[in-house]
Amino acid sequence: MSETTAPIAGHSAGIGRSARISRQVARMRHTGLPVLTIVTALLAIWYLACVPMNAAQSVLSAARADVVVRPESPRDRREMSGLALAVLNPGVSITRAFTQDRPRLPAPHQVATELWATTAMVAPTSNKSLIYHAWVTFSATLTGFVIGTVLGILLAVGIVHSRVMDRSILPWAIVSQTVPIIAIAPMIIVVLYSIGVQGLLPKAIISAYLSFFPVVVGMVKGLRSPDAMQLDLLRTYAASGSKTFFKLRLPASTPYLFASLKIGIAASLVGAIVGELPTGAVAGLGARLLAGSYYGQTVQIWSALFAAAILAALAVGVIGVIERAALNRMGLRR
Amino acid sequence: MSVAGTSTGPRMRAAFIALPLLVLATVVNWRLGLVLAVWVLGWWVNARLARLDTRAARLAVPMLFGVTLLILWEMTVRLFGVPGVILPAPSAIGAAFVANGPTLWGDFVQTVVKGALSGYVIGCVAAFAFALLVDRFDFLKRGLLPVGNFMAALPIVGTAPILVMWFGFDWESKAAVVVVMIFFVVLVNTVAGLADTQPMQRDLMRTYGASYWQSLLKLRLPSAMPFVFNGLKIATTLALVGAIVAEFFGSPVQGVGFRISVSVGQLALDMVWAEIVVAALAGSAFYGIIAAIENRVTFWHPSNRG
Repeated sequence: MSETTAPIAGHSAGIGRSARISRQVARMRHTGLPVLTIVTALLAIWYLACVPMNAAQSVLSAARADVVVRPESPRDRREMSGLALAVLNPGVSITRAFTQDRPRLPAPHQVATELWATTAMVAPTSNKSLIYHAWVTFSATLTGFVIGTVLGILLAVGIVHSRVMDRSILPWAIVSQTVPIIAIAPMIIVVLYSIGVQGLLPKAIISAYLSFFPVVVGMVKGLRSPDAMQLDLLRTYAASGSKTFFKLRLPASTPYLFASLKIGIAASLVGAIVGELPTGAVAGLGARLLAGSYYGQTVQIWSALFAAAILAALAVGVIGVIERAALNRMGLRR
Repeated sequence: MSVAGTSTGPRMRAAFIALPLLVLATVVNWRLGLVLAVWVLGWWVNARLARLDTRAARLAVPMLFGVTLLILWEMTVRLFGVPGVILPAPSAIGAAFVANGPTLWGDFVQTVVKGALSGYVIGCVAAFAFALLVDRFDFLKRGLLPVGNFMAALPIVGTAPILVMWFGFDWESKAAVVVVMIFFVVLVNTVAGLADTQPMQRDLMRTYGASYWQSLLKLRLPSAMPFVFNGLKIATTLALVGAIVAEFFGSPVQGVGFRISVSVGQLALDMVWAEIVVAALAGSAFYGIIAAIENRVTFWHPSNRG
């Protein structure tokens, strides 16, 4: 909304900065500051939450170090909630909340330190590196995503051009969206393992499966988005079926395609991560989550979680950039 | 809508390709020929039915397609002797489903009713209340919407091991995972819906001298409902996914996700498939109920008229 007023009426208009920069400044003021505030607030809440969450362990370690804590008997303490312990022993809980080895809730800086230590400080090829694990997961995600997208587009083209396929397959494709298909993941892994297929491919199949249906449904919608007027126009040009497809339907479907691609890549990543859970995979972000939960290495779980989040954000972001460029180029951007 | 060719040309051509292929397959391997013959027959009947435009035909075509797939599955497993540890036949899955009724019901209650449904209710109510708050303050809205959109795209299911650690193995941790998974989806959709009124409509409310609550209840909430229900429908699937995947990280000796991972370990694939049927039925029913409520609530929306 502010973009329409900023260039001319903005504070900085005409004082040496270009209109574009002033627009960017206005946009920053519009969303940047609130977003920054929210993120800061979330971090503050996180730090605050660390105190009661980790209180039991803080007080325990303090008692072992012969610091006087209230209530004195460990049995009494065990029955109390973290919040009550933190209130009774504020000093100990606060000073010891952010430095524990295996906290119930690691502080943000602990996660950040772990992330830094496991990405920048070790070689990316070693199995201690999160980059290595992220790559293991991401390569499966990407393979599956490409397979699922290509098959999805092909099926959508078939559905749009064949009434039989439309009537018989599309209802199932829509119903399948309401089903938690991820439940099939462990079975796919084990069955493929038993016939000798392992490694990247089983995970990629799950990823492909999860990204397939969003692409089908979105592409069918997109290929059908040209209205009767546009189709009539092409008919008056005596355009053939394939001409209509390539000059009208396919370009018109691009916005829908990108919308489904963003959903698809996020679903693919979830598929690849879940695909690593059931077999006790040794590499990948899902394997890190599982190993962390077995050994109570909370910092490791949190750093794997953030790595997955960053990976998802990057993947969706890259598709967003391609989308903007493609739609700009095609003159489709609103 | 569809651009199916109604001339006889392409269909004749298809028949000319299909028949020799069928004969060839039958000569090479009669089992393969039989399977292909059933497929061609099913497809041919469907192609005929698809040209009728009655309500019954519209329903019959996908049903027939599903049944054809099931028959093909059963035939393939039996004719080629596929071992049950790779792919059990539909009849075997059905038998397992019937034989393990009480177990499956227990798993259903544990995962769907206790885990997914309670988490769904808590998450939706919390997100809805928070959305009303966010909507009240423009600063919050501008700050939270990008963050919420970002969070909604993340693999939140990864929080499952943390929440299982915090809330224990029972359904509370599953409900917590579900809450975290659906919160931002419902929040973002509700906030977007509350913003979806036209200036004319808002001006009208102002000329009536409507208070904030009056205009919220009479104008903005009703017009937000299509968005809200969109979020609620997406959340049904997410809720089941969250509850099932959270059980992979630890659960009591009951639950859909628990049974799937245990049965996979025992190579009892008929049981795994039976659980998948349970999950699929629960997911479709859950979605269907929310969609039915949506139809009642948003009867005025263009997509529901005519």
